[in-house]
Amino acid sequence: MMDDLGATKPRPALDAQALRGEFPIYQNNPGLVFLDSGASAQKPRAVIDGVAEFYRRDYANVHRGVYQLSQRSTDHFEAARETTSAFLNAADANEIVFVRGATEAINLVAQSWGPAFVQPGDEIIVSDLEHHSNFVPWQMLCERMGARLVLAPTDASGGFDLAAFEALLGSRTKMVAVTHVSNVTGAILPVERIVQLAHTKGAKVLVDGCQAIPRMPVDVRAIGCDFYVFSGHKVYGPSGIGVLWGRYELLTAMPPWQTGGGMITQVTAEHTEFQDPPHRFEAGTPDISGAVGLKLALDFVEGLGRDAIREHEEMLTGYAIDRLSRIPGLNLLEGGQRRISVLSFTLDGVHPHDVGTVLDQHGVAVRVGNHCAQPLMDKLGIAGAVRASLGVYNDRDDIDALAAAVEACREMFSR
Amino acid sequence: MIDLRELYQDIILDHGRHPRNFRPIEHPTHTAKGHNPLCGDRVTVYLTLDGDRIADVSFEGRGCAISTASSSLMTEVLKGKTLAEAQALFAQFHAKVTGGEVGSLPEALEEDSERLDPLTGVKAYPARVKCATLPWHAFEAALKGGAAAPVKTE
Repeated sequence: MMDDLGATKPRPALDAQALRGEFPIYQNNPGLVFLDSGASAQKPRAVIDGVAEFYRRDYANVHRGVYQLSQRSTDHFEAARETTSAFLNAADANEIVFVRGATEAINLVAQSWGPAFVQPGDEIIVSDLEHHSNFVPWQMLCERMGARLVLAPTDASGGFDLAAFEALLGSRTKMVAVTHVSNVTGAILPVERIVQLAHTKGAKVLVDGCQAIPRMPVDVRAIGCDFYVFSGHKVYGPSGIGVLWGRYELLTAMPPWQTGGGMITQVTAEHTEFQDPPHRFEAGTPDISGAVGLKLALDFVEGLGRDAIREHEEMLTGYAIDRLSRIPGLNLLEGGQRRISVLSFTLDGVHPHDVGTVLDQHGVAVRVGNHCAQPLMDKLGIAGAVRASLGVYNDRDDIDALAAAVEACREMFSR
Repeated sequence: MIDLRELYQDIILDHGRHPRNFRPIEHPTHTAKGHNPLCGDRVTVYLTLDGDRIADVSFEGRGCAISTASSSLMTEVLKGKTLAEAQALFAQFHAKVTGGEVGSLPEALEEDSERLDPLTGVKAYPARVKCATLPWHAFEAALKGGAAAPVKTE
């Protein structure tokens, strides 16, 4: 720490430097400045070793065998469901559907709930800063059903425009799909208010929690939404596992979207009866070790404390905004009044891709490009941006390294 | 650490900032768009063929320093070449940037090939190779599309 801001601010409860000892990637890549947790977070030893240990001791297929090992494996898998349920403060663990990731969760809702509840002429609202995964499935559903996709805008400050959203809501609005935290600007959307407004019109609300889940407390019942989705790999868990939470009465009203083993009660030559949720939506052998790894990751996050993580990342976000804003020619994308952990910027006269390469040569890992948010890039009139995103292992030194590398990049391209 | 100046040589930065032949051709005989969805780079290459000789070649679009410089240098070396010469230059350039086997060129093309050498620094950056080859792929697509479809004239 070389700045004097540190002396005046309260010491964060979370010690990022010490935490790096829990992440083997740092031991194997000395000097790594990892600022791409928004794309995928690194894995703590507890997850890496825990998954290996599960394979060594308790692995078998789930919900199938009468033998003890299969029961133990099933117990682990279902314990992961319980942990996930508690993590979201869901009403019941049966509201947790394991999927491959947030993308699959949204596609599940769009393809199962969608055709059952959306009529020609209906409307689906998404915000203009959605990730393609919370945009394209709805666009496809609208094309298929003859419905209309409506974009709720962000305002000039980069925050969600509640008044504009309210004006777009109507009796034809059937679904509102919004992100909890923007994967481009880190803007925190007022999801509670969005839900209240949408529900007055009878619309359902799906919240994409990919960027929120790793960094702030999330209570789906307090939010009041109907569906909440996230990916395991962004919250320090394995890739390949993700979660759809849905209100149980909604899940029971939805037809299966994929069929096969593990999700039926009776199959005859003429007819098949399906299990209740969540198993209805989990055809085939699930990602068993992925669920086990997800539980370990959520336990890890709870161990650190979600309030402590939020405090740490908010502090660091503020520091990064302050530090980056002082670099001449650097333009931070606006993220509204409330934002966390994700910052994107452009650099005058230097293409983001070139910035990314220069930063990489300085050992700084960031993401460059359109961040799967082309509608937002089009609105901002840019081809892409450089994005730095935070995890629990980041500290001010990482931000200082980023700033120094950006300065070096600026210098290089102005010669 | 690989020296970044190997990648961003002065000539690259110069062509990246001040691309040559950066303009549309109003009535090209051949044209094609290149797009790299990874970074959003877009380039449109325009060609005017006179028989099998490239009478004029230009480009438009937006991209990183590497793709812009590569487009610019490509248009410079291609102007006046026959299609066979252009293909030979691309083949050798492609081999150099991807680390493939570099064949020999007719002596007349050596100098043009060397003009492209500053771009070969990308071979140390696998994620950036496509930036350098994007305009060349668009050039190839323009030739193919132009041959398959009715040739655009007036």
